[in-house]
Amino acid sequence: MADDKSNAAEYWKANVRLILGCLAVWAFVSYGCAILFRPLLAGIPVGGTDLGFWFAQQGSILTFIVLIFFYAWRMNALDKKYGLGE
Amino acid sequence: MSQFAINLLFVGASFALYIGIAIWARAGSTKDFYVAGGGVHPITNGMATAADWMSAASFISMAGLLASGGYANSTFLMGWTGGYVILAMLLAPYLRKFGKFTVPDFIGDRFYSNTARLVAIVCLIVASVTYVIGQMTGAGVAFSRFLEVSNTWGIWIAAFIVFLYAVFGGMKGITYTQVAQYVVLIIAYTIPAVFIAMQLTGNPIPMFGMFSTHTESGIPLLTKLDDVVNALGFQDYTADVDNKLNMVLFTLSLMVGTAGLPHVIIRFFTVPKVADARWSAGWALVFIALLYLTAPAVGSMARLNLATTVYPDMAGQVENYEEATLNPILYEDRPDWFRTWEETGLITHTDLNNDGRIQMYNNAADFSDRGWEGNELEVNNDILVLANPEIANLPSWVVGLIAAGGIAAALSTAAGLLLAISSAISHDLIKTMINPKISEKGEMLAARISMAGAILLATYLGLNPPGFAAQTVALAFGIAGASLFPALMMGIFSKRMNNKGAIAGMLAGLICTLLYIFTYLGWFFIPGTNMLANTPDNWILGISPLSFGAVGALINFAVAFVVSNATDAPPQEIQDLVESVRYPKGAGAAVDH
Repeated sequence: MADDKSNAAEYWKANVRLILGCLAVWAFVSYGCAILFRPLLAGIPVGGTDLGFWFAQQGSILTFIVLIFFYAWRMNALDKKYGLGE
Repeated sequence: MSQFAINLLFVGASFALYIGIAIWARAGSTKDFYVAGGGVHPITNGMATAADWMSAASFISMAGLLASGGYANSTFLMGWTGGYVILAMLLAPYLRKFGKFTVPDFIGDRFYSNTARLVAIVCLIVASVTYVIGQMTGAGVAFSRFLEVSNTWGIWIAAFIVFLYAVFGGMKGITYTQVAQYVVLIIAYTIPAVFIAMQLTGNPIPMFGMFSTHTESGIPLLTKLDDVVNALGFQDYTADVDNKLNMVLFTLSLMVGTAGLPHVIIRFFTVPKVADARWSAGWALVFIALLYLTAPAVGSMARLNLATTVYPDMAGQVENYEEATLNPILYEDRPDWFRTWEETGLITHTDLNNDGRIQMYNNAADFSDRGWEGNELEVNNDILVLANPEIANLPSWVVGLIAAGGIAAALSTAAGLLLAISSAISHDLIKTMINPKISEKGEMLAARISMAGAILLATYLGLNPPGFAAQTVALAFGIAGASLFPALMMGIFSKRMNNKGAIAGMLAGLICTLLYIFTYLGWFFIPGTNMLANTPDNWILGISPLSFGAVGALINFAVAFVVSNATDAPPQEIQDLVESVRYPKGAGAAVDH
């Protein structure tokens, strides 16, 4: 039982770490690149405007998709590794 | 064939399809009714979620918002998609593992309190009802424009169609009609966009066309657009915003609001496994992104098209933009689509300087040196998507398709919301709180009656929209983001969170958000009762009432944390429940009580 418990606790820790990593990227592209750091990225031209604008209208959405699939893939692997899948 | 006959054919064929699906997917049990039997494939569910989520507002209004606001309105794009990231990581898999039917189910059980359950039910109903008003009015507009019936008849027809498949099919009927509706709406949205992108840039993919060269002028499309709107006294389309704090908070409010909206959350109860809930959120976002990546292209291209229609001299290579604005088209030479939409009153022209021409520019700019006496053209943002095929001279079947697409977007969202409302009443209120002994058959009947009642209420509100209909979206997102989202998240991620903390947090988040909204928009949105004028100068730290949901969520978290730590830890069986929600093992199908 104790093993089961520490196994489960480790699984949860790994999950939380993964979520924090993904959310850091999520915040970086949307609040960072697209909004707050847009002036810093102004020097990088993209199709008639700057990189920040591209992140605001397309880049962040594309990143979000990648993040969700990445998370699903890593979590399903964690389910298997810790034997906690269905 | 006349345009009317073509529209009728497209809309009629789509209705026949929805009703056919409804007959095929009748609900036999409460499990069918609430969660489609729990056997929906993750990709199918992703597609249904996308249709559920993308309302008349996404289909009709968003491109117009982007066209008028440019970069500043990117908040809608990021907010309404970024919410799926937090939904996929912080809520969906765990709520699927919990394995019951509704959002109040989780809040009531996890916080072992019927008070918490009741707060959740009230939040859910208020958020969903305010949201459904917009869908009914949107469907009414689409009907009256394309099928030449009155608005009232349009709303009644919409209500009847939803009634057919939602009352009999429940979640099962709704899921499969939403899949069909997604296909209709995405085709309808994409085809005109592809043609317009081809015409303007030679690139058939709108999302790439937007960032490529404008064929006629030889410079990048967005640079061209900046130059053109600048010459008309507007700020650059791509201009940065000054108030970054408000932009961040508004985006965050839309994100947490999206993740907390019950009709979206319950879609993830329908997949067979926890892993499927994770994949399904990804697929939902893929299907949503197909429209959301096209919308900014539609918005920017429509804005450019409109400007160059009015000022043909600005279309090609321009040496002097001011000079190019001096010859706008004569009113009598206006294109046919212009005339069609004038009849609806959504485009209006007033010849202020009596020169027989159309001057369209930013009213705040002073162009009296050009002999202009004010902006003469008012264009309602909402017509951009609907008028797109006509502006681009596309064949009349594309117009028919747009009609079917707009109606599909409104109906699919309305059905999802109505299901969330009816399950809150029949399942959470009647079955769980009032009469736990009710039989399966009785609960089904109650579910169907509350669904029919919800449709009648939505129809009534669609026919008599309260004057505040537009502002209620802020309310729906504020409530979902400031009360439901934090409670759900803490219920999963904090074992220590107890009933008192959760209830105090939900109420604090909700009340602060409502107070802030009402202060600027009027008590219960009654005009004239606002205590401060709704202008940026009055906003605390420049935070608009629409952006306050994120602050409300933070207040919710903070209050819940403090109250919970000052009171007793939750009982052992609740802590065990939290444990079990965290691990997919042993999920099985969504369980009945």
